[in-house]
Amino acid sequence: MSVFSPATRDRFERLAASYPQPRSALVPMLLYAQDELGYLPPEAIAEIAALLGETELGVREVIGYYSMLRTAPAGRYHVQVCTNISCMLRGGEEILAHCQRRLGIHNRQTTPDGMFSIEEVECIGACAWAPALQVNYDFHQELDPAKVDEILEKYRRQG
Amino acid sequence: MPETPSKPAPAAGAPPAPAEVHFTVNGHTLAAAPGTLLIEACRAANIEIPSFCYYPKLSLQAACRMCLVEVEKIPKLQTACTTVVAEGMVVHTETPTVQAARKSAIEFILTNHPLDCPVCDAGGECELQDMTFRYGAAVSRFDEPKRHRDEQQWSPVVYYDRPRCILCYRCVRVCGEGMDVWALGVGNRGILSTILPNHQDHLECEECGMCIDICPVGALTSGAYRYQTRPWEMQHVGAICAFCGDGCKTTLGVRNGVILRGDNRDKNGINGDFLCVKGRYGTDFTRHPERLKSPLVRDASGELRPVSWAYALETITDRWRGIQAAHGQFGVIGSTRCTNEESYQLQKLARRVLGTNHVDHHRSADFPALFDALAQPAGAAARPLPQLADSGALKTAKAVLLVGGDPTQEHPLLAWNLRWAHRLAGASLYVLNRRDIRLRRQARRMALLTHGTEADAVRYLAAPQRGDPPQAELTAVSPPGDKRWPQTPPSTPQPIPGGLEEFRAELAQERDVIIVFGPELTGDAVQALVRFGASLPGHTRYIAMADNANSRGAADMGLYPDLLPGYLPVSDGAARAHFAAAWGGDIPAAPGWNQRQMVEAVDRRELDALYVVGANPFRLDPVNAATLKSCFLVVQDLFLTETAQAADVVLPALSLYEKSGTVTNTCGEVQSQRRGGSFEGAKTDLEIIHALARMLGADFGRPDADRVFSEIRAQVKGYAVSLVQLMAGRGALAVPLNSAVPHQAAPQMIRPNHDSLFTAGTLGRYSATLNAVMEKHSRP
Ligand code: SF4
Ligand code: SF4
Ligand code: SF4
Ligand code: FES
Ligand code: FES
Repeated sequence: MSVFSPATRDRFERLAASYPQPRSALVPMLLYAQDELGYLPPEAIAEIAALLGETELGVREVIGYYSMLRTAPAGRYHVQVCTNISCMLRGGEEILAHCQRRLGIHNRQTTPDGMFSIEEVECIGACAWAPALQVNYDFHQELDPAKVDEILEKYRRQG
Repeated sequence: MPETPSKPAPAAGAPPAPAEVHFTVNGHTLAAAPGTLLIEACRAANIEIPSFCYYPKLSLQAACRMCLVEVEKIPKLQTACTTVVAEGMVVHTETPTVQAARKSAIEFILTNHPLDCPVCDAGGECELQDMTFRYGAAVSRFDEPKRHRDEQQWSPVVYYDRPRCILCYRCVRVCGEGMDVWALGVGNRGILSTILPNHQDHLECEECGMCIDICPVGALTSGAYRYQTRPWEMQHVGAICAFCGDGCKTTLGVRNGVILRGDNRDKNGINGDFLCVKGRYGTDFTRHPERLKSPLVRDASGELRPVSWAYALETITDRWRGIQAAHGQFGVIGSTRCTNEESYQLQKLARRVLGTNHVDHHRSADFPALFDALAQPAGAAARPLPQLADSGALKTAKAVLLVGGDPTQEHPLLAWNLRWAHRLAGASLYVLNRRDIRLRRQARRMALLTHGTEADAVRYLAAPQRGDPPQAELTAVSPPGDKRWPQTPPSTPQPIPGGLEEFRAELAQERDVIIVFGPELTGDAVQALVRFGASLPGHTRYIAMADNANSRGAADMGLYPDLLPGYLPVSDGAARAHFAAAWGGDIPAAPGWNQRQMVEAVDRRELDALYVVGANPFRLDPVNAATLKSCFLVVQDLFLTETAQAADVVLPALSLYEKSGTVTNTCGEVQSQRRGGSFEGAKTDLEIIHALARMLGADFGRPDADRVFSEIRAQVKGYAVSLVQLMAGRGALAVPLNSAVPHQAAPQMIRPNHDSLFTAGTLGRYSATLNAVMEKHSRP
């Protein structure tokens, strides 16, 4: 019994077979797994470990290293606010504070309805349009508090 | 066939590799083999390079930056632990830049270190403490608050104090590369990095404590020892591990006579870096509250009552004299945990004083069959001696055939050495077994028997034309990098066409094979194995695996009903005459009863006295309580075992850790040790045996192990070993090879314990730590 969809499971098997060292496929697999499940539950870790001939501990070591991989569920919309240098100079920290006030949660917390979670992140590569944030895989740039409110509202309406 | 030394031919066209490269360190010209690490080359020349993460024979990590040195023409400092020496290299290890780098490295390592040395177990034997004194700055520029984490208990024996950890990853590497367990890893990143156990908040592992031993600081500490004492309050006494037959040196930490820990402090025993869970933590049986403190004699009401030593010994010798006068039968069962001196004197007492050959011990390997087979290689020309391998030979072996047994569980040191050979010497390991043992992971080829026994398979290998081959599935090596064992079952063995034929053909390509075999092979199967070994090219050597610390010594010292010390048959007049002259008295000529026959004789009321030293025969051969009443039973042991409970007199004995003497491991390596702990009320078996002999009118001399060992060296075949080697703390291989050993084949008497990593017969039952570990591992 796989915790992944047939398509994902299939993809993983192909990935694992496409490197001389199966473990080279680990990071992409973790990202796909997280996209599908929202986080990396123990069953997913065990399945990936078995696919690659790794220990579960070996998989957890990698998950721990990469801050974008998580072993607990985040909100449906994971709001990642950059406070690295460019964004900080252009008000990134205020944007983070604003998000926290607006959603009533702190960094690395999830709203009670499971809709939003916040994470303060390092540079997301959008320095030219700082301050920036990322919701799941969508970028939002040149922010101010009003714009942040609009963005959050849009996601809330999407449900 | 004679050894023909042959150099490997250089590959055609390749320029010959230089034998040495020359380089300069601090103005001294040094030479080393190409490929040598700078740190090793410097250390070999007594030039100190401080290091934390570097550990010989483990993969390189270069995590700590403590070993930085200046190499001319390279602008930046280099890590000596990863730099390979090169011709003409000019190195400086004590320049102001290097000294400043060391100061910074320590300052950095100490940023979050709690410096709680006064309460840390490692205090006094901590590499970080030593380095800070030697190389550190007295001040730190970091004044941020430190991140505290509470200590975590990961298993009954492994504790982790995260703030003390300097992230050298030695523990991770030794557990994975050395133990092949892969139970430790690294979580998070940067300042948040931490060592992780394999099951999130706890460990499922072999509990060997190698990680604790290798930790340069007090981040990993031992549940069996932590907070009990400080290193400088103990005496550190080198002893031989009292558990399995591999004979590791364990350094006892002794305070006021009490053994507080086993440890691998100086790493100079035959086991090098290694100790398993038993050698490290099992020593606490010596402090078990149920240890016998006084002799016991059964009184008129049938109860065992404490009495004085004098009274107990009188009681024994009075009864024995009566039985002697009535020409009664004596039986003697010796120990696989006593010293060679004690076993030797015990069988001397039996044969020369009590006049009986009813002498035996708990056998777990057929040594007589091996030595008999080696004495007369079938048809082949004489092979070079010795044909026995010591444990260290496994580390450099080119090829090893392992038949039966499960060294990972039963012979942890041999397993460590086999993994070493595989990992560092590229040895080819061939495994023949009914069970899918864990060393399969290091095997070049495994023959997994699906039908028949190891003995059948060996007979077939030796003489293929006879009979159908036992069916074997050959499995290839596990895929490289597969760390899953034992979490998931191994991939289904792939049957390989040819089965054992193929296995034999592959082995025939190897030279100088060491054959290691378990208790599955006895009698004629051992003969067959040696015939097969003789057919292999080069110089085949052998190791027979027996269970206990001195199983081999018990066999060598003649604790057999039909064999005198050195495997000389008791039925041989010349052999008897030799020992009769040495012992000043006659030896009965007829072979006696083995252990089971003695117990059967009790049932027939034909045995009048049974003297059991450090053994628990009634656990294996249950006795009839009613008929036992007509046999006078004396038991000498540490605890009131099943056998001791039935005794008429019980004498409290000291353990192996509390006496001096020599012990022979299963390979035949003789090692000597000095008394470590002490225990009020008990005596060494040697003292007791000598006292009994004296009271019966035979003078065995002072109960001094050195004196007795001199006699053994003079009298016992194969034991004229080098005293210098013994005193230097190394093993000296005893080679008790005679002409043929005519021995009553008794395969049913080879009864291995099949101990696991965490069990060890009587002693194990009384070790609180081993019990805690076992309890944890038996929980679902
Ligand atoms: S005790 Fe041994 S097996 Fe367990 S984690 Fe430590 S090194 Fe690994
Ligand atoms: S626990 Fe000890 S051995 Fe392991 S990384 Fe930390 S300091 Fe090194
Ligand atoms: S391998 Fe055997 S001799 Fe070595 S420590 Fe373990 S039990 Fe003792
Ligand atoms: S610093 Fe924020 S996107 Fe680069
Ligand atoms: S010893 Fe060289 S970097 Fe640690």
